[in-house]
Amino acid sequence: MPPTETGVRHETIIGLEVHVQLSTASKMFCACAVAFGAPPNTRTCPVCLGLPGSLPVLNRRAVDLGVRTALALGCRIQPESQFHRKNYYYPDLPKNYQISQYQYMDHPPLATAGVLRFPFGNGLKEIGIRRVHLEEDTGKLVHVPGRSLVDYNRCGTPLMEVVTEPDLRSAEEARLFLTHLRALLQFAEVTSGRLEEGTFRCDANLSLRPPGGPYGTRTEIKNMNSLRSVERALRFEEGRQREALARGEDVIQETRHWDEDREITFASREKEEAQDYRYFPEPDLVPLHVDPTWVERIRSGLPELPEARRRRYVETLGLPEHDAGLLTATRAMAEFFEATIRLFSKPKVAGNWLIGDIAAYLNAEGREIDEVPIRPEHLAGLLALIDTGKISGRSAKEILEEMLRTGRPAEAIVQERGLAQISDEGTLDSVVQEVIAEHPGPAGDVRAGKDQAVAFLVGQVMKKTRGRANPTMVNRLIRERLGAG
Amino acid sequence: MTALPDLTAGELRARYRRGETSPAEAVRAVFERIDAQERRLHAYLYVDREAALAEAARWDGVVRRDDAPPLAGIPVAVKDNICTQGWPTTCGSRILAGYRPPYDATVVTRLRRAGAIILGKANCDEFAMGSSTENSAYGPTRNPWDEARVPGGTSGGPTAAVAAGEATLALGSDTGGSIRQPAAFCGVVGMKPTYGRVSRYGLVAFASSLDQIGPIARSVRDAALLLQVIAGRDPADSTSADVEVPAYGDRLATSLRGVRLGIIREFFAEGLDAGVAAAVRDAIETCRSLGAACEEVSLPSASFALPAYYIVAPAEASSNLARYAGVHFGHRTSNAADLITLYSRTRREGFGAEVKRRIMIGTYALSSGYYEAFYLRALRVRTLIRREFETAFNRFDALVGPVTPTTAFRLGEKVDDPLQMYLSDVYTVPLNLAGLPGISVPCGLVGGLPVGLQVIGRAFDEQTILNVAHAFEQATPFHTRRPPAGAPASEGRGRAS
Repeated sequence: MPPTETGVRHETIIGLEVHVQLSTASKMFCACAVAFGAPPNTRTCPVCLGLPGSLPVLNRRAVDLGVRTALALGCRIQPESQFHRKNYYYPDLPKNYQISQYQYMDHPPLATAGVLRFPFGNGLKEIGIRRVHLEEDTGKLVHVPGRSLVDYNRCGTPLMEVVTEPDLRSAEEARLFLTHLRALLQFAEVTSGRLEEGTFRCDANLSLRPPGGPYGTRTEIKNMNSLRSVERALRFEEGRQREALARGEDVIQETRHWDEDREITFASREKEEAQDYRYFPEPDLVPLHVDPTWVERIRSGLPELPEARRRRYVETLGLPEHDAGLLTATRAMAEFFEATIRLFSKPKVAGNWLIGDIAAYLNAEGREIDEVPIRPEHLAGLLALIDTGKISGRSAKEILEEMLRTGRPAEAIVQERGLAQISDEGTLDSVVQEVIAEHPGPAGDVRAGKDQAVAFLVGQVMKKTRGRANPTMVNRLIRERLGAG
Repeated sequence: MTALPDLTAGELRARYRRGETSPAEAVRAVFERIDAQERRLHAYLYVDREAALAEAARWDGVVRRDDAPPLAGIPVAVKDNICTQGWPTTCGSRILAGYRPPYDATVVTRLRRAGAIILGKANCDEFAMGSSTENSAYGPTRNPWDEARVPGGTSGGPTAAVAAGEATLALGSDTGGSIRQPAAFCGVVGMKPTYGRVSRYGLVAFASSLDQIGPIARSVRDAALLLQVIAGRDPADSTSADVEVPAYGDRLATSLRGVRLGIIREFFAEGLDAGVAAAVRDAIETCRSLGAACEEVSLPSASFALPAYYIVAPAEASSNLARYAGVHFGHRTSNAADLITLYSRTRREGFGAEVKRRIMIGTYALSSGYYEAFYLRALRVRTLIRREFETAFNRFDALVGPVTPTTAFRLGEKVDDPLQMYLSDVYTVPLNLAGLPGISVPCGLVGGLPVGLQVIGRAFDEQTILNVAHAFEQATPFHTRRPPAGAPASEGRGRAS
C-alpha cells in the first residue's frame, strides 16, 4: 500500500479487460482467412464488409477455443449463451454495430466465474475471472496526410474478451497476471499471443481505495502496447491518482490513453458523454448451445497447461520452483526447453542457460525464444561441448552469443574461432612450466603452502591460452609441479 | 386463348413441353406487356431485356424435356430488396442509388438454378417500410385494377407485375404483411412462409427477426411451385431451419373434408370494411361447403400485435440501417468536412421520411432507460401472441380471416397519416411476430377491387394452408379474374365500402 502525501495508505485496485485474438484459420462470422500483413482490403467478403443482405454464421472453431479458455480458467460454461449487437458509429466498423456477447439479465456470456492462479512471492496469487466472451474485431483506420483510409482485413477476426474481477493490487501484479494469462492461452493453443501483432491487447481499470473504505472513482486506461507498458502506465496512473487525492482533488471517471513516449496517461479528447450502445440480442444468430458432450470433447483434447507443466518440472525433472516458473512463462520457452532436454538430458543445466544468459539476451532484444534463430538442437550441442570438456564455460558464453545472433551450430563456431578447450596434458604442462618460470614469487608461495596462489597461476595459464585451457587439469598440473596438496 | 403473359407458370410449362411456345417467345411477350403498361404502372425499377432474352435462349431446348428444372423458362420478377449480382439493388431508397451487389441472394441462386428467367427488379417501399409502395424514392407503383389506387406494399411492384402480366411469378418479402397485403389488393396469391423456411441471405434486412421472402403468383399451385424452389436450409443463414421441404404441388387437395378451420374473432372487429367482411365470410362458407369444420377462435392479444410490431421492427431496423453511412458503399454526401457531418448529411439526404421515423423510434426504444419499457415489453407481447396461436392450433389445422381491413386505398390517401397506414397491416402483423406462415388468396371483388382471404398455418406446415387456399381457389372463379386491360384511373369505380 503506497502512502499518500497525507499519510493515508490507499490500496490500489486494478481490473483488466484482455482482448485475445483467437488462432482460427477463418474469421468469426465468415470464411475469410485471418491473415496478418496482407495488402489492405484483400481479406474481405460481403459478410465481414457488412454489405446489405449479408448474414453472419458463427465459426465453431472460435467457440471451441472460447470453451478451451473457459476450461483452462476453471469457468462455469453457460449451456446457452447469446450474441448481442453493440451499436455505435465508427468507420472501422462496417455495420456500425459489433457482434459481441453482452451480460444482460438472462443472457450470460459464454463463460463466467473462473480463476487464474500463478506463483507470486512465496505463494500463489489467485485472480478472479468475471467473464469470458466472444466477439468480432474491427478494421483499422490508416491516416495519410489530408485523408483517412480504412482497411477491413481485420474486420470480423475472432476475439475473446477475458475480464478479471478487481482483484489486482499493483502494476506489477497486473503485468504478472498478463504474463501468466498469455502463457496459459498459448499452452491451451488458443492464441499466438503476440503483442506486436495486436493478438493480445489489454485495457485496465484502476482506482484507489482508502483502508476499509469503498472503491474509489476509477479511470480506464487504454493504448498499452506491451506488458512492460501496462506496468509503466498503471504505475504512472496509480501515482497520478494518489497525488490528486493528496491535493484534495477528486479522481474523475474518464478514459485515459497511455503515451509511450512521454510516459504519461492523458484524458482522451473524445466527448465524455456516456455512450449508449443500445445492446439487443443479435437476431441474425441463433442462441449458442454448448452441450456437455461438446465440453467434454474439448476437455479431453486440452493440452498440458502451465500449472501442470510447472509441477512436472519440479517433481519429475527436479527443477527449483523458481526455474520451473520462468521456463513456463511462455509456451515457446517451455517447448524450447523440452526439445533441448530431449537431446541433452541435464534439465537443471539446460534450464540455467535458458533463464540466465538466453533470457537476458531475449529481454535486451525484446524478443521471444522462437523469434531468434537459435534452435534447441544448437543449444543441446553447446551444452554437450561444455559437458564433455571440449570448451570452457567462458568460451561457451561467447559462442552462445553468436548462436543467438546467427543460428549457427556451436561446433562450427568452435572450429572457426579455435575455441576448443585444450585438454592435452603435454601441451598444458609446457604452458604451466612457462608460467611457473615467469612468476617465481607466486610459485614460491604455493610451495610454501599458500593455496590462494594456485588460483593466480591458473589464471595466468588461462590468459596464455585465451581461456581455452581445461581449468581442472591446469589446477592439478600446477599442484603436481609445485608439490602442493 | 389466354395471352402468354397471363398464363400461370404451370400452363406455360405445359405449353413449353408440347412445343407450342418457347421461353424466348414468352419473355418477349412479357416485355411487350411491360412496354405497354410500365409508364402507367411503374412496377419495375430496373429490367434487363437482353440478359432475360439471353437466358431464355439458353433454356429453349431444355424446356421440352421431362427433366427440365421446375422453373425453366418462367419469367420472374424480384423485389428490389433482394440482392442480384451486378444488377442495381436499391431497396427503393436513394441511399442505395447505383449500388450493385457483388453477390446473388440465396433465393436468386436457387431461382437461376431452377431455370427461372429473372426479368428485373420490382419496386417497393423504401427498405420495405410502408403499406402502399408510395414510400419508394423512385415513385409509387399503381394498382392494375385502378390506377388511382395503391397496389399495397411493401411488395407493391412485384405484386402489380404479377397481377398485370408483367411477370409470371415474383419474389416479395414480408415483414409485417408486405406480401399478403398487396396480394389481397391486387387479386393474386401471396404467401409469407414460416420464419426460417426460406433463406434470408441476400435479403436486405429491415427487421431480421420478422423478415421472410415468399412467393407471389396467379395461382396457389404456382405459389407452391415457387416456394418449393426457394425453401430449405441454407448454411449462409443461421436462422434458416433444417426442416424437410415437401413436394407441395404434388399434394394439393381439392377437398377440405376433415380440415378444422378457426375463424379469428378479433379479425372481424371494429375497423373491418363491411364489404371485405362479407366477402371473407362468404369465403369461409365456401370452405365449409368443401368439408371444412369452421369454428370461431379468439386470439385476445392480437390487438397488441401492431404496437408490439412497431417497437420490435423499428428497433431492429435502427441497427440494420446503421451501415448506410456513406463510408464504403452507397450514397455519400458530397459536402462533409468531418465524420459526424459525413454520417448525418449522408443519411439525411439518402433516407426518406418513413425510414427516418422508424430509425428514430427504434433508436429510442433500445436506449438505456427505455429498453425495458418498450423493447422487452414488446418481446413479452410477442411471446404471448405466439402462445395464443399455439393454443389455437391445438384445436385447428389452420386459421382464417381477412388479410386487410379494406380494399386498395387511393394514392395519397394515407401518406400524411402514418398511424392509418400502419393499421392496414393489423391482420397480417401477428403472424410475423409469431413466425407463422400465412397466405392471401383472392376471395372476391368489392366495388371492382380484389379482396383476399388469409389462411394461417402452423410453423412449417405451409402444405395445409396451400391445400386450403387451393381447394378454395379451385371452387371459386376469383383467381381467373384479371384486372381490366389498361384500367384507367376511374372516378366511377367506387370506393371500397
